[in-house]
Amino acid sequence: MPREQIERQEMPTQDPQERIHNFYEVALGYPEEVAKLEAQRCLQCKKPRCVEGCPVEVPIPQFILALREGDLAGSIRVMKTKNNLPAICGRVCPQETQCESMCVLGKKGQPVAIGRLERFIADWERSTGVQKPEIAPPTGKRVAVIGAGPAGLTAAGDLARYGHKVTIYEALHAPGGVLIYGIPEFRLPKDVVRSEVDYVLSLGVDLVLDCVVGKTLTLEDLFADGYEAIFLGTGAGLPMFMSIPGENYNGVYSANEFLTRVNLMKAYLFPEYDTPVKIGKRVAVIGAGNVAMDAARSSLRLGAEEVYIVYRRSRDEVPARAEEVHHAEEEGIQFKFLTNPVEIYGNDKGWVRGMRCIRMALGEPDASGRPRPVPIPGSEFDMEVDNVIMALGTRPNPMVFTDALGIERTRHGTIVGDPITGRTTRPRVWAGGDIVTGAATVISAMGAGKRAAADIDAFLKGAFTEADWHVKKEEVPAAHP
Amino acid sequence: MYEILYREDLAPVTKLIEVKAPLVARKARAGQFVVIRVNEKGERIPLTIADFDREKGTLTLIFQEVGKTTMMLGTKRAGDYLASVVGPLGHPSEIENYGTVVCVGGGVGIAPIFPIARELKHAGNKVISIIGARNKDLLFWEDRMRTVSDELVVTTDDGSYGRKALVTEPLKEMLSAGLKPARIWAIGPAIMMKFVSLTTQPFAAPTIVSLNSIMVDGTGMCGACRVSVGGQTRFVCVEGPEFDGHQVDWNLLLERQRIYVDEEKRALEHWKDHGCGCDDGC
Ligand SMILES: Cc1cc2nc3c(=O)[nH]c(=O)nc-3n(C[C@H](O)[C@H](O)[C@H](O)COP(=O)(O)OP(=O)(O)OC[C@H]3O[C@@H](n4cnc5c(N)ncnc54)[C@H](O)[C@@H]3O)c2cc1C
Ligand SMILES: Cc1cc2nc3c(=O)[nH]c(=O)nc-3n(C[C@H](O)[C@H](O)[C@H](O)COP(=O)(O)OP(=O)(O)OC[C@H]3O[C@@H](n4cnc5c(N)ncnc54)[C@H](O)[C@@H]3O)c2cc1C
Ligand code: SF4
Repeated sequence: MPREQIERQEMPTQDPQERIHNFYEVALGYPEEVAKLEAQRCLQCKKPRCVEGCPVEVPIPQFILALREGDLAGSIRVMKTKNNLPAICGRVCPQETQCESMCVLGKKGQPVAIGRLERFIADWERSTGVQKPEIAPPTGKRVAVIGAGPAGLTAAGDLARYGHKVTIYEALHAPGGVLIYGIPEFRLPKDVVRSEVDYVLSLGVDLVLDCVVGKTLTLEDLFADGYEAIFLGTGAGLPMFMSIPGENYNGVYSANEFLTRVNLMKAYLFPEYDTPVKIGKRVAVIGAGNVAMDAARSSLRLGAEEVYIVYRRSRDEVPARAEEVHHAEEEGIQFKFLTNPVEIYGNDKGWVRGMRCIRMALGEPDASGRPRPVPIPGSEFDMEVDNVIMALGTRPNPMVFTDALGIERTRHGTIVGDPITGRTTRPRVWAGGDIVTGAATVISAMGAGKRAAADIDAFLKGAFTEADWHVKKEEVPAAHP
Repeated sequence: MYEILYREDLAPVTKLIEVKAPLVARKARAGQFVVIRVNEKGERIPLTIADFDREKGTLTLIFQEVGKTTMMLGTKRAGDYLASVVGPLGHPSEIENYGTVVCVGGGVGIAPIFPIARELKHAGNKVISIIGARNKDLLFWEDRMRTVSDELVVTTDDGSYGRKALVTEPLKEMLSAGLKPARIWAIGPAIMMKFVSLTTQPFAAPTIVSLNSIMVDGTGMCGACRVSVGGQTRFVCVEGPEFDGHQVDWNLLLERQRIYVDEEKRALEHWKDHGCGCDDGC
């Protein structure tokens, strides 16, 4: 069949009516023939625009070419020259605003389904046995990476491949960051995360869990222990609340607490696992990012009958990935746009009973460039709900900064870092990911980890010294606030 | 994995364990806590650091068996392992030479009050201590508390040992008699800390309490431990655990502690039904 006549291939998914009762993965992945058919669509552009849209510059046409020629091992090898975590990226990257948004086929019709192809080859490799890449001879230099999220894992993997001895220090009892505690099983199975973490560890990286930097160890301790460089990838995990009356009633959760209970602590398997979560009949989730979608869809799976997404702007401003909004709608999540809570009511036992909201209109663009939502006076109304989940965004957790001298931060609590090199205002300390940008995306965190690893490598190999240390202090824009 | 080196039964439901966690011991200070997991399927629960030995790299934890996790922990012996020990978390107590201070420990709260009393004594304070429990069986560390206190009053609710009273009674008498402690520390069940705070408020005696809210990660990430202090929402794990007892919204704390009562009962029944006491939390 001529290339132009092949349609973009749909990926099979679990039936919505079935999947709202389980935590199994929603999207099922391409079968091999379908992947090869989709791969046929790629024009193999001389100047591939798609690559420009990718924060880690995956050689997209090359991996697609190898895939369609049946050289799956070659395809994954090409992928891994740039991306250590393809099974994760293939599942959670917002491709529609990155690589796929730039694909030339998208100009007239549908772009190549790059993300689904990425997922396909990564899954193929996991099922056949993961290959190890070439690793440079040991340099004898030691690097400490703080935080085992996408930024830290990527930096650690690259540094190990450059030949340095890397140890990751992680506060939680499991590595993965948001991938393990935030994003639910039905979107990103934890054994996928585990196998990609194992791949990074197989490069010779050590992992110390249960270690809160700033508390258990400080940066000063790490330097004293002989580390020559430190990368901070501690993310933005501090939940925000709205400061409205009633926010502390039982049944009001931060999305972080709710998702941590469900994902990291496996509350959906309670009482086989010890950690409970309490979900009533009607749940309101405040916010409309990926976090909100995940909280809403998890609530449904835990047995809620009605789940609302309450969002103060309109559908056009929804920051979540298109695919996830689509899946949420299919599952029956109800969207309340241009609506903002002003108060939460409780009963005499301190439990949530309802929520008072106000309708909003869109005004002039604000600092984020999006129209500013303004309340419409007198438009208050009440919703009966048993749970309210606040998914308003997060800020960097200040814990790591105890005794971390000389690291400048912005008024948002993020680190002032060089967007290209990841250098902080303190020599020998680099940072990247959500701790620099504020809550953003997996791939932008990985990109930051990669760039910092390259700069750390240059430093450790003597390309520059502490005397040459300088930081371009640009505020790094987040993918979405 | 963190090895238990020693274990002792202080009372029928109160146990002491010494766990090897050298990195935590190296930094531990009075007033701080750890978050532990008994096994891979276990809940993360906070426990105060009752004592530590930097040389041996060990922490002493004292816990009361109230539900599934603490009961499971109670089945552990020397040579067994815990899946996680994270810390030290929270701010250390602010120890200075204040003059005269009072330390009140109720029930299992005697454990965390001990290192605080000891450091206060070291810092040159006159330490008056009151420890109490429901009955004689639940009391422990009277001897230890005596070594770090200038005066020690012991009470039991049922009069089976010491004076028959709640800890608030001798405290109220002391304050009424004109004692003006520079600071009072009170640690125990929330309801006891609430009544200690209510007792000391009329005397305007500065009262510090250590709040035991429900937590998950213990590092500021989840917000489960939020309490209201002076009308503001605060996180116990990163901003506490110690707060001004006169500013705490006690009813909110007590309500939030009850969020999971039904689930806790289910977890316990599930565990007892399986009753094997095995390690995989079944
Ligand atoms: C629910 C949810 C859904 C999301 N969905 C998507 C999606 O679909 N697509 C997408 O691209 N992005 C998504 N995101 C955003 C994405 O997950 C983050 O941008 C990304 O994980 C940031 O990576 P990071 O490595 O900077 O930080 P994190 O993933 O936050 O990892 C930081 C790690 O550092 C550890 N840490 C923190 N402080 C310390 C300390 N003091 N000492 C030691 N360790 C510490 C933390 O425990 C954590 O493991 C989502 C986020 C959430 C919360
Ligand atoms: C900073 C901090 C330090 C603590 N230090 C100690 C300590 O040194 N020793 C100790 O024994 N306990 C301590 N606790 C309390 C301890 O964490 C709880 O007893 C434990 O989580 C109960 O778990 P469980 O699964 O055994 O019981 P659950 O099944 O969770 O609960 C059983 C019963 O205990 C009540 N309960 C649950 N959590 C708490 C709590 N945090 N405080 C009071 N009652 C509770 C429940 O309402 C329920 O009725 C501390 C708590 C905090 C926040
Ligand atoms: S832009 Fe589209 S068609 Fe061109 S190489 Fe990239 S994926 Fe293929």
